[in-house]
Amino acid sequence: MSDLVVVNPWEGLRRLTQARIALGRAGVSIPTKPLLDFQFAHARARDAVHLPMDREGLCARMEAAQFPVIELHSAAPDRTTYLQRPDLGRKLGADSREKLGALAAKGAHGFDIAFVVADGLSAFAVNEHALSMLEAIRPKLTEAGWRMAPVALVEQGRVAIGDEIGAMFGAEIVVILIGERPGLSAPDSLGLYMTYAPRVGLTDEARNCISNVRPEGQSFAAAAHRLDYLLKEAKRRKLSGVDLKDESEMKVLPTEGKQDQTNFLISEGVSPRA
Amino acid sequence: MTYAQSVGGRTYRFPDLKTLLAKASPARSGDYLAGVAAEDDSERAAAQMALADLPLKTFLNEVVVPYEDDEVTRLIVDRHDAAAFAPVSSLTVGDFRNWLLGAEADEAALTKLSAGITPEMAAAVSKLMRVQDLILVARKCRVVTRLRNTIGLAGRLSTRLQPNHPTDDPAGIAASILDGLLYGSGDAVIGINPATDSVPAVCALLTMLDEVIHKYEIPTQSCVLTHVTTSIEAINRGVPVDLVFQSIAGTEAANKSFGVDLAVLKEGREAALALKRGTVGDNVMYFETGQGSALSANAHHGVDQQTCEARAYAVAREFHPLLVNTVVGFIGPEYLYNGKQIIRAGLEDHFCGKLLGLPMGCDICYTNHAEADQDDMDMLLTLLPAAGCSFIMGIPGSDDIMLNYQTTSFHDALYVREVLGLRMAPEFESWLIRKGVFEGADHPHPRKTLSSMFAPALARIA
Repeated sequence: MSDLVVVNPWEGLRRLTQARIALGRAGVSIPTKPLLDFQFAHARARDAVHLPMDREGLCARMEAAQFPVIELHSAAPDRTTYLQRPDLGRKLGADSREKLGALAAKGAHGFDIAFVVADGLSAFAVNEHALSMLEAIRPKLTEAGWRMAPVALVEQGRVAIGDEIGAMFGAEIVVILIGERPGLSAPDSLGLYMTYAPRVGLTDEARNCISNVRPEGQSFAAAAHRLDYLLKEAKRRKLSGVDLKDESEMKVLPTEGKQDQTNFLISEGVSPRA
Repeated sequence: MTYAQSVGGRTYRFPDLKTLLAKASPARSGDYLAGVAAEDDSERAAAQMALADLPLKTFLNEVVVPYEDDEVTRLIVDRHDAAAFAPVSSLTVGDFRNWLLGAEADEAALTKLSAGITPEMAAAVSKLMRVQDLILVARKCRVVTRLRNTIGLAGRLSTRLQPNHPTDDPAGIAASILDGLLYGSGDAVIGINPATDSVPAVCALLTMLDEVIHKYEIPTQSCVLTHVTTSIEAINRGVPVDLVFQSIAGTEAANKSFGVDLAVLKEGREAALALKRGTVGDNVMYFETGQGSALSANAHHGVDQQTCEARAYAVAREFHPLLVNTVVGFIGPEYLYNGKQIIRAGLEDHFCGKLLGLPMGCDICYTNHAEADQDDMDMLLTLLPAAGCSFIMGIPGSDDIMLNYQTTSFHDALYVREVLGLRMAPEFESWLIRKGVFEGADHPHPRKTLSSMFAPALARIA
């Protein structure tokens, strides 16, 4: 950088976080290079919002991994409508409701748990991570002997659509895996929302949420650990949402790799890095 | 009661007060989504004319959400101060705008008036105001709050340092805190949005923030933005809690969707007050709001989103908060479609909050699925401090890597303070200068060399 830019002597902190720290300054403003980096990241995130879900690829990979799938669509016909009409993204389209009703009538009804996978605001997240997340949680459920509904794959879906699907499956608990709004540094975050006794009309206070699930954020193993705790507690106490606190203690997990575990601002003595 | 306006050879009819307010509201996507917006621009302009002729007293006789059904309405009606209302009680909404713009409505008069104004009155007059009116009147309102420093003084603009991290990693959070402090951010609060509501994780973050503030003797307060019941649980476990946070909305049903009611907010405030952690005051609540939250919970009762938002401020003022933050562009394009709608909404919220006596700040922000960009944010960033906004957010390079949206950067606060000649909270400013982070008594700005205060911390990670 030229001497037109004041460089921050704490650039070494950058390895501790993906946050845009120690950018330096031109006067008091953001220097040209980080300004343009930001604009490029914004352009990429804008593009991610409009990427479609890879329905065929996801179906094939899920079936190969022994997850039976049912393909559904919300009442929002396309992306433009979806962005302006969240009400349509929260409910099934008429054809999908009929399809799911027929499947349930043929005996696919009465499960311990139903998983729903929906594109949300980042199909990229679902395309990349939904199957890995399902595979991370499955052993814990198999071990507990839970009956699992076919995975519902939903296009143009929002969080609440999981409740309608869970109810139609007669599932005691529904978990929706959904693409979160893409960020500049994380266009691929998956969110998990769990509802006990799902039914149409529930709101956020009835759900528990685990967010930022992606390899660079909350790992699949960590998310599965939390979700397993929430699922078992929800089933035991017959509730979900604000009355069910996440008391899972994450320290028992192996650390997630790259990051330091201590706060250098207050800890004395040894360097946290080996 | 029905309202009507004849103009341009046509008569427009509005069946009740909430419809009149909704049709008079400047265009925004959330009101179209709710089906309450004006059919066209002419109907909107006619509704504004009808609203201008409405006596302010009407709002004391007709409510927009039934008294029997909604504890927020009961709070608004039961807490109304008729004596404070007296100076404007004979005015129409249109003349209330004229009065607010005039010299009679000075700082002292507006302070006295606030308990006499209902949220619906504030919302109504804001719908007749242009951007410059929203700025001019809000600038005359003065709301000063205190816990460990003083927020809202004339000529000051504070910032919330928001060191979010996607996994709540202590070192990652510490890196963003240090970056922010060195850029002079954090006088409103150092406030983390945690990745989960896990009680042990929230307690660990609260303890860490308390240690940082004490070790470096920073005259500010901390907050972990978790559900009020989680903060109460943390207090019960003996963890240091400066500010109790909660998202709130303008109807009982919308608050229920957040898992709160007035009783639990009262419980949260009392728990925090009992800790006596303030040094210069006892404002212990931090609220966040945003247009569209009631509709998002399907709990808007046919009321437009800006009026719902103003009603949330009635909830806030019951609990004497240190900070109220309207998170204006966070909710997404289905409520505020583009930069133009976000900018106007931010100024409306700030105006209504200040008129109602609240320490309003604004999270000047947008998501990647909204039609907005950094230029739109620069406009709101420049307008709100001109209106006397109490605080804005501060985050490394505008990029929240945990919540996945863009808000104002540490640099942004320095820019707008320089352009408008604003300064940070006095206690915090003195600390930064005393510790060698900033220099210049009349025009404080960051030093080029590193403060020795943080050298040991940086040596630890070298």
